[in-house]
Amino acid sequence: MKLLKLVPDHTNLDFMRWRNLALILSLIATVASITFTVYRGLNLGVDFVGGQLVRVTFAQPIDVEKLRTEVDSMHLGEASIQEFGGPRTFQIRLPKPAGGDAAANVAATRVKQMIATDYRGAKVDSVDTVSGKVSEELAADSAKAIALAMIGIALYIWFRFEWQFGVGALLTLAHDVAMTLGFFAFTRLQVDLNVVAAFLTIVGYSLNDTVVIYDRIRENLRKYRKMAILPLLNLSLNETLARTVVTSFTVLIALGVLMLIGPEVIFGLAIAIFLGVVIGTYSSIYISAPVLVWLGVEPDSFLKGDEKDSAEPQAV
Amino acid sequence: MLEFPRWKVWLIGLVIAAGVLLSIPSLLAGTPYASAWPKWLPQYKISLGLDLAGGSHLLLEADAGDAQKQRLQGMEDSVATELRRDPRIDIGDISTANGRLSFLVRNPTQVDAAVERMRTLTRPVALTGNRDWDVQVVDSTRVVLTPTPTGTAQALKDAMGVARDVVRRRIDPGGTKEITVITEGGNRILVQVPGVEDPEALKKLIGQTARLEFKLVDLSANPQDVQAGRAPPGSQVLPMADGSGAMAVKRRVMVSGDQLTDAKQSFDQDGRPDIDITFNTAGARRFGRVTQENVNKPFAIILDDKILSAPNINEPILGGRAQISGSFTVQSAHDLAVSLASGKLPVKLNVIEERTVGPDLGKDSIHKGVIASLVGTLGVIIFMLVTYGRFGVYANIALVVNAFLILGIMAMFNATLTLPGIAGFILTIGAAVDANVLINERIREEIRRGRRLHDAVDTGYREAMRAIFDANVTHVISAGIMAYFGSGPVRGFAVVLLIGVLTSVFTAVYFTRMLVALWIRRTRPRALHI
Repeated sequence: MKLLKLVPDHTNLDFMRWRNLALILSLIATVASITFTVYRGLNLGVDFVGGQLVRVTFAQPIDVEKLRTEVDSMHLGEASIQEFGGPRTFQIRLPKPAGGDAAANVAATRVKQMIATDYRGAKVDSVDTVSGKVSEELAADSAKAIALAMIGIALYIWFRFEWQFGVGALLTLAHDVAMTLGFFAFTRLQVDLNVVAAFLTIVGYSLNDTVVIYDRIRENLRKYRKMAILPLLNLSLNETLARTVVTSFTVLIALGVLMLIGPEVIFGLAIAIFLGVVIGTYSSIYISAPVLVWLGVEPDSFLKGDEKDSAEPQAV
Repeated sequence: MLEFPRWKVWLIGLVIAAGVLLSIPSLLAGTPYASAWPKWLPQYKISLGLDLAGGSHLLLEADAGDAQKQRLQGMEDSVATELRRDPRIDIGDISTANGRLSFLVRNPTQVDAAVERMRTLTRPVALTGNRDWDVQVVDSTRVVLTPTPTGTAQALKDAMGVARDVVRRRIDPGGTKEITVITEGGNRILVQVPGVEDPEALKKLIGQTARLEFKLVDLSANPQDVQAGRAPPGSQVLPMADGSGAMAVKRRVMVSGDQLTDAKQSFDQDGRPDIDITFNTAGARRFGRVTQENVNKPFAIILDDKILSAPNINEPILGGRAQISGSFTVQSAHDLAVSLASGKLPVKLNVIEERTVGPDLGKDSIHKGVIASLVGTLGVIIFMLVTYGRFGVYANIALVVNAFLILGIMAMFNATLTLPGIAGFILTIGAAVDANVLINERIREEIRRGRRLHDAVDTGYREAMRAIFDANVTHVISAGIMAYFGSGPVRGFAVVLLIGVLTSVFTAVYFTRMLVALWIRRTRPRALHI
């Protein structure tokens, strides 16, 4: 049987030749993402702004405009209605009531009653009620968790490699998270707790490729002490290219399936990680590696650390 | 690396067998084959999160203002009881304003004695060296009791413990349901009840403090004063529960709900719902004595500072049994009976987060999740097979073993599988083969460099190990932080990722190395097709 090779043997692509162009593009994309996120804002779910979310599956296809008019006529504040997963499933979002948290559940209860009387056979799939206090905490905790994870991983890379690698990891992570945020701001996909889980996963997994490439760079720095840094980076990237592509491919197969036929509730999570993996693959080549050049890593930079490294046991 | 001692082979085999055995009950759950699983084999099961099983999740928070109020009231009762004892000290102008309890000692020569007796009511707070109340004298005859911060904190902690038990008893009087009631972060209680689709009934049960008190009606009060909210000394004005005005009642509690042994919903002579209550011995004696002394006077039945009714005492009630009437429906009488029987909540609880998932959505999620997992795994397996041939087969065996191990470990710890957890499972399947990809690509590389077969395989595993280790540590960091900060479903996701990292290193590295070693030893191949 002839085996499939997504990447041919002996590739010799000059990745680093495009590093400045890639940097400019990445920079533009990152700035654009952040600007977009700040100005357009994220479509934050009730988890982070408080309020209520009612998901309903109707027995027959319904007239959305009619439902919208009915909900609006109940004067529950700025309500929004969206299709969710299928033509008969909708989510109705209600804002936090003015009367404080104690009155929070009344709105959803009234909507549920209205649906039960006006639409025969409709099923309420789920109701989420989050008070302002809890949503503020969830938002703060999520931001804290993502920041902590980024710093924690950067520190670990610093500890295992050198400080330049730690900085590279941190910049790569910042890039990946910013781009994914930009995607959510652009598509207006709802950001809920699951999506935060996805961001934390991206922080862990988008660095996967970076770690593998850094490991190879370190190995080659030790092996080829006379080689200039740019060819050495190119060599390392080419040597690991097959692995980078194959692994990203397997992860994308699994996530793609989850996105396409998995439960609707976790679509946001699946697409966020899918995207994070794609961005992470790119940034491991065009951000993690070139950063080392700008931070002045040279083939003889770590000669002193060499004895320490070679004495290090590698088994887990 | 080709020396693979027999005991290691056995050990790895044993771990895998254990994983498969542990995971089967969870896989069979809900299918007709579940009963076919022999009883003498492990019965551990993964529990399903509310987002998959359906049910209600409520997060309750203690109302700090109410906690303080209840504590002051409790202290007021203790003070009144203490000073009424011999030698009696007469006091007046009791006030609980500004979060402090203060009163006037009528006879100035008794001030010191009053302070002394107040001190006996305070208690040291464990390990802090502080007492729970500060006792001071102001303007020479006014005694002021101020709760200390440590005392308040301790009281809240105690109250939360009691509240947790009361909530559990109210939701599940029989103690048979699989519900979760735990305290969180000092002033919160998390309640999870599977299978409940409408949390309204739950919230009604929890929403009531159910502090029941019997107090005499103050007949001396001037109706105009009562309307204006002013009560004579020693009395207070309380609103009627049905909103029909207010009434002045004596501050002193005749009997309180703490002295009940039972409460049941029942009907009065006219067929209206009411509640039958039974006092304990001390309560019955006291109730009997007070009713004996006050025949033909009305007394008020007060629930959470609202007067339910104020019947007349026609004759002494000596048997320790009484009926509470009010404008009840059968349901509200039943709920109140359950609440009374389970004891009062030492603090009012507010619902600050509520999530309900219907059972059908959960079933649909499981169904779609399982299909996606199977299709995703199959996709990865085919891809690995066409990319690495024999080594792909090894990676695939490892992948399947990995799936069983994850489920087995989750079952062993009775971990909760949530919807995001299913995503974590699929992600782990996709990412677990990364270790094999790293190893196999390295072996390919070493062969291209002209290394001999043994050497190439050996170097491949050794050199890839470093990157595998570092990459997995980054996963552990992010998943660990997620498990720490995340709530419910997200934590379920993190747990699957964490377990998946551990098992995938075992299966993808050690297990496949064993398979490769055994194969090379058995067939002594000349060349590698990889």
